[in-house]
Amino acid sequence: MINKIVNSVAEALAGVKDGSTVLIGGFGSVGQPDELIEGLIEQGATDLTCVANNAGTGHVGLARLMELGRVRKIICSFPRSAGSVVFEELYREGKIELEIVPQGTMAERMRAAGAGIPAFYTATSTGTLLAKGKEEREFNGRKYVMEHALKADVALIEGWEADRWGNITYNQSGRNFNPVMAMAADLTIAQVQHIRELGELNPEMIATPGIYVKRVVRVDRGAPWA
Amino acid sequence: MQPFSRAQMAAKAAADIPEGWVVNLGIGIPTLIADHVPLEREVIFQSENGVLGMGPAPEKGKEDPWLINAGKQMITLRPGGSFCHHADSFAMIRGGHIDLCVLGGFEVAENGDLANWATSENDTAPAVGGAMDLGVGAKQLWVVMEHTTKDGRPKIVERCGYPLTAPGNVRRVYTNLAVLDIEPGLGFVVRDIAPGISLEELQAKSAAKLHTRS
Repeated sequence: MINKIVNSVAEALAGVKDGSTVLIGGFGSVGQPDELIEGLIEQGATDLTCVANNAGTGHVGLARLMELGRVRKIICSFPRSAGSVVFEELYREGKIELEIVPQGTMAERMRAAGAGIPAFYTATSTGTLLAKGKEEREFNGRKYVMEHALKADVALIEGWEADRWGNITYNQSGRNFNPVMAMAADLTIAQVQHIRELGELNPEMIATPGIYVKRVVRVDRGAPWA
Repeated sequence: MQPFSRAQMAAKAAADIPEGWVVNLGIGIPTLIADHVPLEREVIFQSENGVLGMGPAPEKGKEDPWLINAGKQMITLRPGGSFCHHADSFAMIRGGHIDLCVLGGFEVAENGDLANWATSENDTAPAVGGAMDLGVGAKQLWVVMEHTTKDGRPKIVERCGYPLTAPGNVRRVYTNLAVLDIEPGLGFVVRDIAPGISLEELQAKSAAKLHTRS
């Protein structure tokens, strides 16, 4: 019998190694796997490369992980936002590396990794600072830059419902980066609010098929904080 | 001189969007545009975080924390709306499926270049978000911004001094003083001007030649 459901956040995060690249889902706090991030803080892995749309806010979650000196590098599209105090201080002091990636390029780099595509061309960032040093090529008279797939060791995602095969549904805009990140990592760990019996989820509603998911843990998170 | 208010700028842009277009709105004044398009005039608003068919702001007490826009404000979904994941959302954007994107701006140049993400090459951690994807992926860009900086420097320029977000895709600019078209090969053309401002005054506050339609 296949059963990907584990009993605790600690069990879900067991074995995450130092030096891992970790994808963290969510857009703002919506669809953000807060309890798994807290679990990663407890778990202890360090020298991490974290990939998330934002660089954390306040002193909790990803910001706390960075504050503890556990993040070597962050890859994101929007590092500066209201409350990104920890990132800004670490960055100013040269204690964290930053790779800025346009949001669509970031999503596509992970989708490519999940689909077995090592690199692709996009018009995004042509003629800008973010295209510096990247291979440029012209197709049908338009310029494109080459971007590499972004493959990861671990993905932490938040879903709404899951079954023991790891099939996942999402709640409205809580979907965001989660399905894309789920495809791009060797070890995808999902926190969800509801566990359903196998066969109970409407197959048409499953946005992340279980093939991408290794572990599922149920967390009573409630609504995202605004 | 009666400059256009932020709401007036948003309303003007809203009135110019043809029914049936799919439109992405950036953070700031552009977000206000959605409030000026009545539901019965069917413009489909896309939000980069995977929402197609955003409705008006929620009534008090009916907010849903699972439903937000790119600016992380709570929104509604109109009948016909749908959700998708981030790569599909940016496939819509980068694949040329969005008719129009309205963004804020630091500078707009007469060749349609837009700078709106970093204020210098040494800005070490600027936030680009989805602006570069939208900048090249949308069929055209409109920009809504103040005509000058707080200290009076023109934001309408011959060539952008700030690092570019996207080259050559801006077609129209709504400022607090005027509405300007950008015609390829010509440059800025005055479409509308705020009450009590002369063309000469407007030109003096702009660092690129303003043309008029005769």
